[in-house]
Amino acid sequence: MAAHSVEALLAKAEQEEAEKLRSIAVHKELDLEFDVGNLLACDKNRIESRDFREQKKEDFLRSLARDNTQLLINEIWKLPTERVEEAIVAKLPEPTTPLPREKPPPKPKPPTKWEQFAKLKGIQKKKKTNLVWDENAKEWRRRWGYKRANDDTKEWLIEVPETADPNEDQFAKRVKAKKERVAKNELNRLKNIARAQKVKVPGVGLTPTAQQSKDELVRAVSVAKTSTASVGRFQDRLPKEKAPKNTGKKRKFEPLIGDFSNEKQKQLELLKVMDSKKPKLDITKAVNKQMREEDREEASAKYKKGAGKKGRKGNMSGKGKGKGGKGKGGKAAGGGGGKKRSKPGKR
Amino acid sequence: FYNDGGVKPKTKRSKRFLESRAPKLTEDVKSAMIMKGGNTSLTITQALKDLYSLRKPNAVLYKKKNITRPFEDSTSLEFFSKKTDCSLFLFGSHNKKRPNNLIFGRLFDFHVLDMIELGIEKYVSLSEIKASKCPEGTKPMLVFAGEAFDTDNEHKRLKSLLIDFFRGPTVSAVRLAGLEHVLHFTALDGKIFMRSYRCLLKKSGCRTPRIELEEIGPSFDFVLRRTHLASDDLYKLAHKQPKALKVKKKKNISHDAFGTKFGRVHMQKQDLSKLHTRKMKGLRKRKGEVVTGEQGGQAPKVAKVES
Repeated sequence: MAAHSVEALLAKAEQEEAEKLRSIAVHKELDLEFDVGNLLACDKNRIESRDFREQKKEDFLRSLARDNTQLLINEIWKLPTERVEEAIVAKLPEPTTPLPREKPPPKPKPPTKWEQFAKLKGIQKKKKTNLVWDENAKEWRRRWGYKRANDDTKEWLIEVPETADPNEDQFAKRVKAKKERVAKNELNRLKNIARAQKVKVPGVGLTPTAQQSKDELVRAVSVAKTSTASVGRFQDRLPKEKAPKNTGKKRKFEPLIGDFSNEKQKQLELLKVMDSKKPKLDITKAVNKQMREEDREEASAKYKKGAGKKGRKGNMSGKGKGKGGKGKGGKAAGGGGGKKRSKPGKR
Repeated sequence: FYNDGGVKPKTKRSKRFLESRAPKLTEDVKSAMIMKGGNTSLTITQALKDLYSLRKPNAVLYKKKNITRPFEDSTSLEFFSKKTDCSLFLFGSHNKKRPNNLIFGRLFDFHVLDMIELGIEKYVSLSEIKASKCPEGTKPMLVFAGEAFDTDNEHKRLKSLLIDFFRGPTVSAVRLAGLEHVLHFTALDGKIFMRSYRCLLKKSGCRTPRIELEEIGPSFDFVLRRTHLASDDLYKLAHKQPKALKVKKKKNISHDAFGTKFGRVHMQKQDLSKLHTRKMKGLRKRKGEVVTGEQGGQAPKVAKVES
């Protein structure tokens, strides 16, 4: 009888011991604060200095650590789990402790000119293939870059089109066109950056480039003069400085509803002119203008050849002006004469 | 790709490099640089090596001595951080006045944010403790004990700094069997005890395992010395999160206790007398029947089909 009870007691004691060893419950006065996203636990309970004796220090620390870790593990085990390639994985929530960043957050960049336009029109980006078939080389080559397919610059034969001058160097023309495209691209890129940084890029002539022409300088001076608080009204002119021309409104329009008699007069005159047989274009004047234009061009070509490679000078503006001038001259002669380059006598 | 002002990348590789260094919406792990001062003791060199191994692979350990004093002049630290793109640093030095000194610090935008100086009173290195170690790069669990970490301002900053230093990369999921490493910090009487354990997951009665700890890594007894904490507004600035990260709350959606989703439907004011409801033919008033009220005179309305 007694043996049985002793055995029973022993068995019970053993079971209790085993239970204690296997329990995961931890008793704490204050609950811990958990930040499972960071695998972090904070214990705010008071640590009694009495428990903290020299010999038992390590053991005390270890038991404290064990308890706290047990609580943290309990928290982690409460998370939803999933199986990923033969390992059981618990999905962590977002970390809640606020920690400082490394660098300040990036500012959202304003869209570039093209991006604005594309958004407006609804243009989507089309993904292009990396390689393109090159007929000449009979292989797949990259679309752009080193050893690209259908390379324009590597052609050894360029047909001279009918509309072009037979003495013009087509190869040089291609090279020049490419250089101009590159420069234009670079300018647009810098403009986009300037717009993004809200740096005001001043108009043509104000940022000094290498060789500025006389009217660019004059324009720069006039802009600088009007950029005072009273819009240049009290700025004195230098002794020999002339008043700037081409300032003021570019076009003046009549008010919509104003002088009725004036309007009537104008319309009647217009009808009279349309009726009359007199040609609107003065042919001699146009022809003379064209001849002068051509002489000027020849002179500038000679000058450019002589100056050599100096000429990047505000390439954009120079080109713009040149095109404008040529266009006007061409248009004026276009009514009377034939093609641009034909001498008037040849008609 | 904008590279305003500075270098325009010419190759894809350099472009990737610059992008990795640019400020991002969600940042990656902070790197730490571990360096030595003018004079170092054996304890310090060992301690730095151990902390470096705790922090691998996101750390750089400098071999040469740097004769600077971080608390007086932080320009060389900032220069190093710019070069290596590290925002945490650990500077170890030893002199008579401050023996076995470790300075933990972090930077924001390549300027010093916080610096806290800890002196090592007792140190047991990794090699002295003979136990099997955890693999490098395991994300450790961090436990802070002691009221000081909540009440004292300096301890609070120290806690934040230690979390920054010792937590690994932010992950979305963690392998349950891989939770091996535990770092335990206890604050008591101005001293901070750091212990590093390996946890063994033992069988318990239920699903959650029972933890048994085995001391592995370096153990430090720190004492808090000087601190250089950031001003409140700089600290706030460093915590500013970009707006894009804020989760947009969908309006007009609410849940009740049972989880049913509710929304609110807004309608214009209706004239209920003109409401066309479903017509039940059987319930319609017949011609012969006597009807009371206003509806006596009216003929039954023609059924208007409501779509």
